[in-house]
Amino acid sequence: MKKIISLFLLMVVFTAMLTSVAFAADEEITIGVFEPFTGENGGGGFQEVLGVRYANEIYPTIEVGGTTYKINLFEVDNKSDKTEAVTAAQSLVSKGVVAVVGSYGSGVSIAAGEIFAEAQIPAMGASCTNPQVTFGNDYYFRVAFLDPFQGTVMANYAIQNGATKAAVITQLGDDYSSGLGSFFVTAFTKLAGEGAVVAQEQFQTNQTDFKAILTNIKALEPDVIFAPSSIVTAPLLIKQARELGITATIMGGDTWENVTIIENAGADSEGVVLSTFFDEAEPATAEAESFVTGFKEYLVANNQPDVIPAVSALGYDAYLAVLTAIKNADSVDPNAIRDALVTTEFDGVTGHISFDENGDADKNMAFIKVVEGGQFKFLQTVTIAE
Amino acid sequence: MSLVTILQHLLTGVSLGGAYALIAIGYTMVYGILRLINFAHGEIFMIAGYLMVFSMASFPWYIAIPIVLIGTVVIGVVIERVAYKPLRSAPRMSVMISAIGVSYLLQNLATYLFTGLPRGYPEIPFLKKIFQFGSLSASFVTFLTPVLTILLVILLLYIINNTKIGMAMRAVAKDYETAEIMGIQINSVVSITFAIGSLLAGVGSILYFTDRMSVNPFSGSLPGLKCFVAAVLGGIGSIPGAVVGGFILGLGETFLVALGYSTFSDAFTFGLLIVMLLVRPTGLFGEKATEKV
Repeated sequence: MKKIISLFLLMVVFTAMLTSVAFAADEEITIGVFEPFTGENGGGGFQEVLGVRYANEIYPTIEVGGTTYKINLFEVDNKSDKTEAVTAAQSLVSKGVVAVVGSYGSGVSIAAGEIFAEAQIPAMGASCTNPQVTFGNDYYFRVAFLDPFQGTVMANYAIQNGATKAAVITQLGDDYSSGLGSFFVTAFTKLAGEGAVVAQEQFQTNQTDFKAILTNIKALEPDVIFAPSSIVTAPLLIKQARELGITATIMGGDTWENVTIIENAGADSEGVVLSTFFDEAEPATAEAESFVTGFKEYLVANNQPDVIPAVSALGYDAYLAVLTAIKNADSVDPNAIRDALVTTEFDGVTGHISFDENGDADKNMAFIKVVEGGQFKFLQTVTIAE
Repeated sequence: MSLVTILQHLLTGVSLGGAYALIAIGYTMVYGILRLINFAHGEIFMIAGYLMVFSMASFPWYIAIPIVLIGTVVIGVVIERVAYKPLRSAPRMSVMISAIGVSYLLQNLATYLFTGLPRGYPEIPFLKKIFQFGSLSASFVTFLTPVLTILLVILLLYIINNTKIGMAMRAVAKDYETAEIMGIQINSVVSITFAIGSLLAGVGSILYFTDRMSVNPFSGSLPGLKCFVAAVLGGIGSIPGAVVGGFILGLGETFLVALGYSTFSDAFTFGLLIVMLLVRPTGLFGEKATEKV
């Protein structure tokens, strides 16, 4: 009896699989969304996905060669983990997506880059800022600025505000954090002289206790602490630093522009400085203006605070970039889309976007923000010529 | 390194060690009675963290804390009743595998119910009050943790050595079957052991998370493993051993990070376990302990 039941179940599963294949209509294409929903970057990844989903809602179809294609999103969770990222990327490839958007977090993007390149599927990074993501990979593009730029911006800002000694805290084995940290160190040393970076400390993934590191730093009395890290780590680090009586300005990278940091760190987050891609108070393009109003409603409908995270704007732009490339290529073939991306130019939410020979967006402007009165306050834009 | 810096590190290490010690006691007591390594103990600690998140959302802290402690005890005892009791006469290996199963079940259940995103741990106002002595600065919970740990251990040792139930626990630890023949209610003794272990894990969870402010479904697994190491280090089955083991690990980890070897802080813990098992498998206090609980 048991055998018959299990045989029957097996049959049901098989028929279900067959019919699902049979139902796949011709006038549909799928764009893969490669993002972390869980793990240390789960919160930020989700915000990026919201941007992509919203873009899909605004532009649900595309006309190629006279046929209207419906665009489906296929979302996979890379779990903020480099090993899982490879599995997730493979599942996108086997799903037959025409292009990929993502990911939040540079490490997972680097890990998956080779798989996309091998399968010849173009990938459009949204907020991954490490140079290695696109470098030497013809299929990876991105709409964000890069860490060498961001590190230089933060070092410049620190020095303009009178800092002479800096401490850097980075996450061991995290490409984003250690990369950005070392670019900051290079820039700061160049500007303030040898030995201006008084401490470079590292911590491990999922570490929650930073007191030992911070105690060491406190003894060296730096003016600023630069700690690019995930939004899970940031509030813990900020709180523990203030608890130990550290008064130095704490600075972070683009990941820190996230209200959960203010929610979790509370009053201790006051005065934290960070650089980011986007400011909703100053829409740069016409696309941005309609995005700001529309996306706020979308956020509220999804039970999120109505503050637009920069990564959502980038997710939206990444989707738009792929869409524009498909239009320009007039084809849904992944290779044709890739070739079109090289010359694609469009007005996104975060500014005018075109791609250089590495596939990176030509961007030379960052927004510096500070936490004030429980909100991110726009401070200044920094433009640095290459 | 200046004196103040060393003192600050010492404070951090002792505080971390205190939290480790409280959890390690749970491992050591259950092992003493049932000869079972309760791998789900770290997950009970994590669930206690979530209980606090939810009870603080609707109650003030003085109601929330008892709710968390009672809830943790209930979960601990229920786990024993459901997953370990039916296997009382089965080989020890089966119970251990069941414990591993419970551990994964709780992790995945928490992921399913609360998502993998970390939750901010609520702030208990008086615990977070910051004290300053010169340039030494720490929150109240940092000072409280080691003191509370020592007090609870003294209380626990008193219960074990001077009360009727303590005597029953010692008897069961010494010889399970003879104790049963002598008319000791094995099941209630085991339940009380789990209740005490879970209670201490609950207290440890409040102290640990108040200092670290975020809970996720996996935040119990690494501390759980480390506390297991602490218990083995001190000699599994011995309560003073677990406490000493907890403090050794807490201080050792903190000072390794302080000296700039943060890469090796976890390696230190598990390296210590291997060395201990090779050199002195019974642990620091294992051999001469006449009582197993």
